[in-house]
Amino acid sequence: MQFKSMVISNVEVSPNYFRMRMTAPQELACAVPGQFVMLKVNDAIDPLLRRPFGLFDVGSFVPEYAGCGAQLYCEILYKVVGKGTKLLAALHHGDLVDLLVPLGKGFQMGPAGEEKVLVGGGVGLAPLYYLAKELKERGEKVRLFAGGRNRDDVLCITEFERLGVETYVATDDGTLGERGFVTQVLERHLASGMRIFACGPTPMLNAVAKMSQKHGVPCQVSMEAYMACGVGACLGCVMKGANHSDETPDYRCVCKDGPVFDSFELQWS
Amino acid sequence: MQRPDMSVVLAGIQMRNPVMTASGTFGYGAEFADYLDLESIGAMVTKGLSLKPKAGNPTPRIVETPGGMLNAIGLQNVGIDAFIEQKLPYLKDVNTPVIANLYGNTLEEYGEVASRLDGLAGVAGIEVNISCPNVKQGGIVFGTDPGAAQEVVSLVKRNTSKPLIVKLSPNVTDVVLMAKACADAGADALSLINTLTGMAIDLDRRRPVLANVTGGLSGPAIKPVALRMVWQVAKAVQLPLIGIGGIMNGRDALEFMLAGATAIQVGTASFLDPSAAQRIAGEMEQYLVENGIDNVRSLIGALEV
Repeated sequence: MQFKSMVISNVEVSPNYFRMRMTAPQELACAVPGQFVMLKVNDAIDPLLRRPFGLFDVGSFVPEYAGCGAQLYCEILYKVVGKGTKLLAALHHGDLVDLLVPLGKGFQMGPAGEEKVLVGGGVGLAPLYYLAKELKERGEKVRLFAGGRNRDDVLCITEFERLGVETYVATDDGTLGERGFVTQVLERHLASGMRIFACGPTPMLNAVAKMSQKHGVPCQVSMEAYMACGVGACLGCVMKGANHSDETPDYRCVCKDGPVFDSFELQWS
Repeated sequence: MQRPDMSVVLAGIQMRNPVMTASGTFGYGAEFADYLDLESIGAMVTKGLSLKPKAGNPTPRIVETPGGMLNAIGLQNVGIDAFIEQKLPYLKDVNTPVIANLYGNTLEEYGEVASRLDGLAGVAGIEVNISCPNVKQGGIVFGTDPGAAQEVVSLVKRNTSKPLIVKLSPNVTDVVLMAKACADAGADALSLINTLTGMAIDLDRRRPVLANVTGGLSGPAIKPVALRMVWQVAKAVQLPLIGIGGIMNGRDALEFMLAGATAIQVGTASFLDPSAAQRIAGEMEQYLVENGIDNVRSLIGALEV
């Protein structure tokens, strides 16, 4: 679905990381965690293409002005890395952006009663927050393992804790939580009867995918890739499927076949 | 005032308006059905089809550049058999002409793919890609040498009874020479331009951004080059032309028609606005209404120099 959306708020939650809330049409109520938006920040031709962002949250609020019923909103979490995100960070309440949403395949939540283990870092925490919220609404036990280079990359931990999620943190430089990779912390806690949901930098996902295989724990990963269209046409965002070879090509579109995959579907380095 | 007549006929293909979708930017049509009315546009051109499925290039395959983007997809496609079995049935039910874009890894493959497509109801015409800059075999080899182009177009012509469009590369010294070679070999129409070869460099990593090192530049950045080439070819060749290159709105599209194009293709614009083709057709019609022009065909080649 393509529509214009109004920025409600756009707040820097950590140095260079922003959380933006936008109005959304009623149809977005059917979105699921793991799905993403393609956002065009303005009508200019530079930047030309949309940028993909995982849904951080979808909910409803009642606007302050009179005569208005409950209104749906969606949120994204982004890091300022280039021209597009710099323009995005300059937007204020009332500004309009153009959205394609909801896109892609989201997380499969799995049967009730298992322990749900979320693993992420940086803006990879965005879809995991939305997921945690839905899982907690179902009364599931949820643990979060969050990592990053330093404490600035560990976002919105308070929000996760407010949902009742048990959180574990590790940073490369030890400025927050344990010093080291969050995957090392994860490995100490992995046990059967768990289900992993991971989103973050590819090396992290690589480590989590292998670890889950070793321990026989089901694992879904949400991938990130350069993409132009978000609807399966440009074929810019493909990943190699597990059985891919030059003779029998098996490329999966991150935008359409993903962004969430069962970890065994993909080829890991 | 009556609505203006937007219809055009391109090499025998009846189109409700001059707006086509460019190969490789519109999937196999179905991908865009949620975003626009497929029966509002002039024609759809499929992703380039080959005899066997093709894996395409390693990633990263795309990168944005100022006013454009580079791609090196490498002609990934499902192959002719899967197209016929899985994609064509859906397209047959859409009341809009489908042009099958094709390429071969060898000269013989071009002929073979063309003959496989020839008997198919639901394929209104074929567009032959002799201009992909991103694969070693096929594509560009035939697109930069007039003799080779003539050979491949003649072969395809012998293997098809459908209208034959040849898509030209801009990565040549003289596009008119290539256009004439294709015309002599039996092309019924020419589409131009394909992407311009380019590259992007990551300074900090001291590496090319694309895994393929080079890629094809598309988007608004290439529009002036495309307009110039359409204009040059229109003056030199009698065939109907399809203008392609950075068309983002109705005005861009009509500029190509003034330069001599009978129809236009929307490419990169569909990536950032999946409803672009329908929107552009509407904007073209609006321009005609506002300027009291009752027939879009009256603009073809109407440039006053």
